[in-house]
Amino acid sequence: MDARIEFLHRMGDTALILGHRVSEWCGHGPVLEEDIALANTALDLIGQSQMWLTLAGESEGAARTADDLAFHRDAHEFRNLLIVERPNGDFGHTILRQFLFDVYHFELLTRLGNGQDAEISAVAQKAVKEVSYHLERSSDLVVRLGDGSDESHRRMQSALDQLWPYTGEMLMRDKVDEAMAERGILPDPVSITEVWNQRVASTLDMATLAVPEHRGVQKGGKDGRMHSEHLGHLLATMQILPRSYPDAQW
Amino acid sequence: MVTTLPSIADVWAWLDAVPDPEIPVISVVELGVVREVSWHGETLQINVTPTYSGCPATRVISMDIETALRERGIDRLEIRHVLAPPWTTDWIAPAALEKLSAYGIAPPSAAGGPSACPHCGSADVSRVSQFGSTPCKAQWRCMTCLEPFDYFKCI
Repeated sequence: MDARIEFLHRMGDTALILGHRVSEWCGHGPVLEEDIALANTALDLIGQSQMWLTLAGESEGAARTADDLAFHRDAHEFRNLLIVERPNGDFGHTILRQFLFDVYHFELLTRLGNGQDAEISAVAQKAVKEVSYHLERSSDLVVRLGDGSDESHRRMQSALDQLWPYTGEMLMRDKVDEAMAERGILPDPVSITEVWNQRVASTLDMATLAVPEHRGVQKGGKDGRMHSEHLGHLLATMQILPRSYPDAQW
Repeated sequence: MVTTLPSIADVWAWLDAVPDPEIPVISVVELGVVREVSWHGETLQINVTPTYSGCPATRVISMDIETALRERGIDRLEIRHVLAPPWTTDWIAPAALEKLSAYGIAPPSAAGGPSACPHCGSADVSRVSQFGSTPCKAQWRCMTCLEPFDYFKCI
């Protein structure tokens, strides 16, 4: 497949799967304000996914809509990062995953917004405004929960230990990423890793959380080679309605 | 038979009477989401931009625009969604800022937070959450009259 289309699938699928995961909190947040914030974050991500997948569908030239791509593909066809398909865990775990992803997402979108591809740049410039609010919130909460009570600190450290191996896939560059860099669509990808390392380290330090020493990288999501079993369960829930009633209109 | 197409200025005036579905005291034109109106032959093209990517009001706005223009006898129209440049709160019309305030929503402010409580005017306000009842709003409260209120956050 063309690298640009593959890249669009990755962007759209990662936003969609994280958006769905975060939406699972709707009605279950620990306090009303956080419930609303989670639902808003999910809404932004699903909206962004719609823009990316629309672009992917148009670029494929096979007349697939964003809904076709979201609801009528199976797990092995998805190109999302593994970290976003992982179950939510507790509130702290969800927020920490959001933070680790938001730092990367913000830097990635900023660069795509400055890139050479007018369509991709337009979506990225739109999305980055929303993501700046996601990052502000998740950063604040990671510090408050990490540097909070003994219980919240313990839970955040445990979440960090579990999530850490899944951060490597975000920063790892393969031939699709290299092609995007060569075409000027994604300028300066190397600096994403540098900024991510600095920003994550300084926030975790403020949160009194210890960065795990080893980063064994769990990968296979963005190239679709090895999704976790969690994705299949997520898709079963997310896709049941349009799969049961494929021509339903409302 | 010669038909005269409505002028672009008339179309803008008609659109300025279409209320925002979530905040009905301001129009879709005042909100700044209608970016361009132009005739292409006998087809009227309206460029609309979303406020937030996932905002469900975007679809309703397009439907309301179409309904309003059809009522004015425009049968051939095309609503195009444009993403770039992305919508910003700077595009909200100055006159709409006071309407928002009178409606109980503190208007966006470059300072990053409301300058005063829209209910009592007190400057002693505090943020509850950066996210609110719709994607474009944050939740604040007034420490003087103790009422909660919405703030239209800057993007």
